Amino acid sequence: MSAAELVDLFLRFLALSLLSIGGAMSTAPEMHRYFVGERGWLNDAEFTSSIALAQAAPGPNVIFVPVLGYQMAGLSGALVAVIGIMLPSTLLTLGVSRWRNRRRDHPALRAFSAGLAPVTIGLLLATGWILALPFVNDPAHRTGALALIALTVVAMLRTRLAPIVLIALGGVAGAFGAV
Amino acid sequence: MPSSPAAAHHRPHSLGELFLTFTVLALQGFGGVLAVAQRELVERKGWLSREEFLDTYSFSQLLPGPNVVNMALMLGDRFFGWRGALTALAGMMAAPLLIVLVLAASYGRFAEHEMVAGALRGMGAVAAGLMVAMAVRLAASLRSNPAGMVACAALVVATVVAMAVLRLPLLWILGGLGGLGWALAHWQLRRAERQR
Repeated sequence: MSAAELVDLFLRFLALSLLSIGGAMSTAPEMHRYFVGERGWLNDAEFTSSIALAQAAPGPNVIFVPVLGYQMAGLSGALVAVIGIMLPSTLLTLGVSRWRNRRRDHPALRAFSAGLAPVTIGLLLATGWILALPFVNDPAHRTGALALIALTVVAMLRTRLAPIVLIALGGVAGAFGAV
Repeated sequence: MPSSPAAAHHRPHSLGELFLTFTVLALQGFGGVLAVAQRELVERKGWLSREEFLDTYSFSQLLPGPNVVNMALMLGDRFFGWRGALTALAGMMAAPLLIVLVLAASYGRFAEHEMVAGALRGMGAVAAGLMVAMAVRLAASLRSNPAGMVACAALVVATVVAMAVLRLPLLWILGGLGGLGWALAHWQLRRAERQR
C-alpha cells in the first residue's frame, strides 16, 4: 500500500471513530463497504476471518480494527488503524465526561442515568441472545450450547468463579465435541 | 451470593496498579470484556458500586468509541486525571493488541482444525451466558431507580424486543426508549423534590 493510501486509511478510521456509537463493531458494515467493496484492499473471506480472529482473542472487540489494518497494510496498517479508531473517541469521551461530572447533581442529568439503566440492561440481555443465536439456529449444536449457556449463568450467579475459568472450561468442552 | 457495597470506597494506589488491573481484566475478556469488568471492578476491587458501573456504562454507550474502553478512560480520569485515563487505555489495549497481531500473523495454519472450531463454539456459548448473568446481577440495582420498578421492567422488556427481535438500529433504541426512561425519571425526581 502506498503512503497516500495509508493516509487515506488513517483519515477513514478517524472519521469512523466518531461514528462508532454503540461500539466499534457498529461501524463494521461501513468498513466492509469501503475496504472490500470500493477499494478492494481486502476480500470477503479476509474481512470475516479478521473479525472472527479478534473475537477469539482476549480483549475489547475493537481490536478487530487493527487486525483489518494488518491484513491491508501490515504492521503500519495496524498502527494507523488503532490510532485512527481510538484518538477522536478518546478525546471526546474525556471532554464530555468531565463536563458531566461538574454538573452531576442537576436533576436532568440524574434522570439521564436513572432512565437509561433499564435500557442498558435490556441491551445486555439482547446481546446475550444475539451471541447465542448461531447455536440456537444450528440443530447439531443446539442442545449442548444451550446447556452450556444455562450452566454459565448459574455458575456466575451462585459461585465466585472468574469468567476466564468458565471460558476455558467451555473451550475444553467444545474441543472435545460436547457443544 | 456475593454482595456488592452500595457505594464504592476503594481506589487504586498507583498508576501501575491501574495499568495492571486493566491488563489483567482485558486478558480475561474473551468475546468481550464487559462481564469481566463488572466482576473485577465492582465485586472484587470495589472501585465502583453497581449503580456507578451501570451509570458509567450507560453513558459510555452514548459516546462514540468502544464502550469498555470509554469506561476505562472515565475511571482512570476519575482517579488520576488524564494520566490515569491514558494509563487505563494502555492497560486495556496493549497486551490484547500484541496477542491478536501474533494470531493474525500465524492464522491459517490452524483455522480449519475441528478441535479449534469446537473450542471456539464452546467459548462463544459461555460468552453468551456471561452476558445474561451480568444483566441479571445488574438488574438488582433497578429496585432503587427513581423511574419506578414497573416502568423499569417494561423498559427492559421493550429494549430486548426492539434489539433482539425487531433488530432496530441502536441509535433509535437509545433515542426512543432511553428518551422515554429519561423523561419518566426526570418527572419522578421533580415530583419528589416538590413534595420535600
